[in-house]
Amino acid sequence: MTTTTRIERHHYDVVVIGAGGAGLRAAIEARLAGKKTAIISKSLFGKAHTVMAEGGAAAAMGNVNSRDTWQVHFRDTMRGGKFLNNFRMAELHAKESPQRIWELETYGALFDRTKDGKISQRNFGGHEYPRLAHVGDRTGLELIRTLQQKIVSLQQEDKRDHGSYDARIKVFAETTITELLLDGDRIAGAFGYYRESGEFVLFEAPAVVLATGGVGRSYKVTSNSWEYTGDGHALALRAGATLINMEFLQFHPTGMVWPPSVKGILVTESVRGDGGVLKNSDGKRFMFDYVPDVFRKQYADNEAEADRWYDDPDNNRRPPELLPRDEVARAINSEVKAGRGTPAGGVYLDIASRLPAEEIRRRLPSMYHQFKELADVDITREPMEVGPTCHYVMGGVEVDPDSGAAFGQVRGLFAAGEVSGGMHGSNRLGGNSLSDLLVFGKRAGGHAASYADGLAARPRVPVAAVEAAVETALAPLQRDTGENPYTLQQDLQAVMGDLVGIIRREGELVEALSRLGELRERVAKVSAAGGRRYNPGWHLALDLRNMLVVSECTAKAALERQESRGGHTREDYPAMDPAWRRVNLVCSLDGDTVRLDRKPLPKMRPELVALFDRAELAKYLTDEELAEFDALAEEAGK
Amino acid sequence: MGTKRQFRIWRGDETGGDLQDYMVEVNEGEVVLDVIHRLQATDAPDLACRWNCKAGKCGSCSMEINGKPKLGCMTRMSTFAEDETITVTPLRTFPVIRDLVTDVSFNYEKARETPAFAPPPGVAPGDYRMQQIDVERSQEFRKCIECFLCQTVCHVIRDHEENKAAFAGPRYFIRAAELDMHPLDARTDRKEYAQAEQGLGYCNITKCCTEVCPEHIKITDNGIIPMKERVVDRRYDPLVWLGSKIFRRGQVPQTIVTGEHSPGAVGAHAAGPAGVHSHAGGSHDARAETQAQQGVNWHREVPKPTAPAVDASGRMPLTELTFDRAAAPSPFGDDVTFPLPPEHLNFAHPEQDKH
Repeated sequence: MTTTTRIERHHYDVVVIGAGGAGLRAAIEARLAGKKTAIISKSLFGKAHTVMAEGGAAAAMGNVNSRDTWQVHFRDTMRGGKFLNNFRMAELHAKESPQRIWELETYGALFDRTKDGKISQRNFGGHEYPRLAHVGDRTGLELIRTLQQKIVSLQQEDKRDHGSYDARIKVFAETTITELLLDGDRIAGAFGYYRESGEFVLFEAPAVVLATGGVGRSYKVTSNSWEYTGDGHALALRAGATLINMEFLQFHPTGMVWPPSVKGILVTESVRGDGGVLKNSDGKRFMFDYVPDVFRKQYADNEAEADRWYDDPDNNRRPPELLPRDEVARAINSEVKAGRGTPAGGVYLDIASRLPAEEIRRRLPSMYHQFKELADVDITREPMEVGPTCHYVMGGVEVDPDSGAAFGQVRGLFAAGEVSGGMHGSNRLGGNSLSDLLVFGKRAGGHAASYADGLAARPRVPVAAVEAAVETALAPLQRDTGENPYTLQQDLQAVMGDLVGIIRREGELVEALSRLGELRERVAKVSAAGGRRYNPGWHLALDLRNMLVVSECTAKAALERQESRGGHTREDYPAMDPAWRRVNLVCSLDGDTVRLDRKPLPKMRPELVALFDRAELAKYLTDEELAEFDALAEEAGK
Repeated sequence: MGTKRQFRIWRGDETGGDLQDYMVEVNEGEVVLDVIHRLQATDAPDLACRWNCKAGKCGSCSMEINGKPKLGCMTRMSTFAEDETITVTPLRTFPVIRDLVTDVSFNYEKARETPAFAPPPGVAPGDYRMQQIDVERSQEFRKCIECFLCQTVCHVIRDHEENKAAFAGPRYFIRAAELDMHPLDARTDRKEYAQAEQGLGYCNITKCCTEVCPEHIKITDNGIIPMKERVVDRRYDPLVWLGSKIFRRGQVPQTIVTGEHSPGAVGAHAAGPAGVHSHAGGSHDARAETQAQQGVNWHREVPKPTAPAVDASGRMPLTELTFDRAAAPSPFGDDVTFPLPPEHLNFAHPEQDKH
């Protein structure tokens, strides 16, 4: 059968899987390095989930507060990630994000401006100074459109120089990669299908950059689009790479909970940055009850001081509504559980009583517009109903911080953006995602290009692997006895949402793993009705196995980590444990089963440790590490 | 709490298809895309439909609902009567791939033909300085989510396949306008390009594009009309042309011209490599006017006004259905081709003496 299957073949130097911010930035870099580059996009070009980012891109440009530097940004990032971050990634990110933002202006981006004509920066949860470059509340759209248009401009150069737009960089829209192909331990290519026609396509390429985003579609309530099925995570695992931090998922504290059609959609944090407050059904501004000890120094404990902060941030502590996302999500969860939630199971986010209607419309135009059009709610008149929604996965492919090259048993594989792990530790700060995409997208693209340059011979795609990939892809269409893929997805979402959600318990995690085991059997027998042409049922059937293996990683790692930190909350281990801070949980694939190993975290360089107060470090580090710090401090004092 | 509602959805591919009837459960607060998802999960697992964000931000789920181009995720079920049948069809202007999915590659081709942002030479990254008020005009157009509803509704191409080659469509007119209004874009010919290469002249401002825009961009008023006006100004008004040659952008005087801008400087400015990018009207300087009027043959023969062309029945071809083109007839008469021969113009080229 397979010998008669038509497969379109392409040769590229670098194949970038994913066309969001990280993928496009990587592709630009690879093309600028002179490599023939393919961009694979599951959707149409320019529709990636990056468009959903509203708040902005964090970069210590110091345009609004000149005291902001990369060191402060680094400190905030580490604090936000509860010191579980890969310090080197956090360092590179803080140092390089200003250049990456400025570069976008040379591509044509139009950020909002300060009075002196520089890029304006706004406050955001967890950031000490106003730091987020933004365009109203549609920064993600600006970023994706700018990168998209930069790619078009490169194509126009190629058309002029080589006669074809596609000569050196081509976008394969509505194309899904189902398998990475290896020659020994080296990447040799990628196999997939065109969604529109169902025809198969094989890319022969020595270097692959994964930029496929996250895993949110495994959850019932999520802000993520259908594309977020963990494809890159699963492809990396199957190619022999490793995943870290898979237990850490960010539940955005303020997703819409009413009306049901828009359940999960985000209400940007800048609603709170601009004065919005959270209230329970008793009308109480409850966040003051949830300021953790580690944050008491920075956050106000009374309404008067919190309200003064908006106008005078230098002399007042911040309102507790601007605590890191995990704290806010947990607080909302507790209020709802205590019976003080709204009828739809959320709390109220009120900006209507805080700012004049005109001002709300000016500062939050697309928020206003979104609520008005999608839900027929006027945010200038009534409060919104919000609650936690699955938003971002901190975990992902374990990579070398400088190059984005995947660790594990594979060479030629790179990852950037949400699909990579380490940068954000146990919890990501708002605004750090867009800058992460740019910083590490550029790095991964550049290093993939130099890796391709350094190869003496091209790896060869093994024929048997292609045949196996064809067979796997066609299998759901050829079965007619299996279950409907939509039912299986709903069941998977129920398991993850109910048992591996925002608050976790040992018993539930054990049950989740056993139910995931049953689902694995059922997914192996899934059948899709219809033919190969644009058949969403078939596409979902193929995505399911990726969602399943990634869910197993999350459940296993969540069971193993016996503490609460950032995006991982264990009801049975509610405290943060400094001993666990030194451990990354690493997932790999052993045959068909997920294997979990412990691995020590890389040790932060002394000059970076010295950026923190001892009192702050004491909250995170073990006694042993603190003794080391004291010795160093003494050394420096001499 | 759900009720059953009647849906008619177009199913098929490029070889043909038809409307199929479905009874679907609809709950309070749902949108059309929710109903399509329910159909996929139940009666029609292979029903093809694009979507991504389900929040009106990505522009993927464009479809025609009861004949109107709309986003499926932004069309609330509560906007229909309880007993109303809801008919969902694919975008009419683009070829069908399957069911509600169409081949929108036309738009991506036009995007590639639109010249990209030209960074200002000599300005380093990080040194870009722009005022908020100056970026806001372009920012309005950058709100575009590329749902292509404006493209599908535009009658120049909606039922006129033959116009597609020469016409970029509203989406790319506002792209050109956005770059034209970009404070630091180094290209100076955005308007001329829109006229000459994008087919701006086909647009006869029916504002259908503005009406369907889910981002409420004033495509016609803020994008297309200013582009048309400037093109007309600059193409047909010799004083504007002259002014644009004399003054650099931002230096156009409000009332009088200073001595530095003597006619002698004209050639030097016009020949300079730097961009001349005037958004302003013409100068009212008497000297410049005299200069422009020298050498005009005021006794040249001017064509007499003529009656409009009529068809076989003696009537004017008033509707697009019977007329031979999509746009309105030329206000200069259909038999006048541009450029006019120079001797027919009330205009003297400032450098004519050199030839």
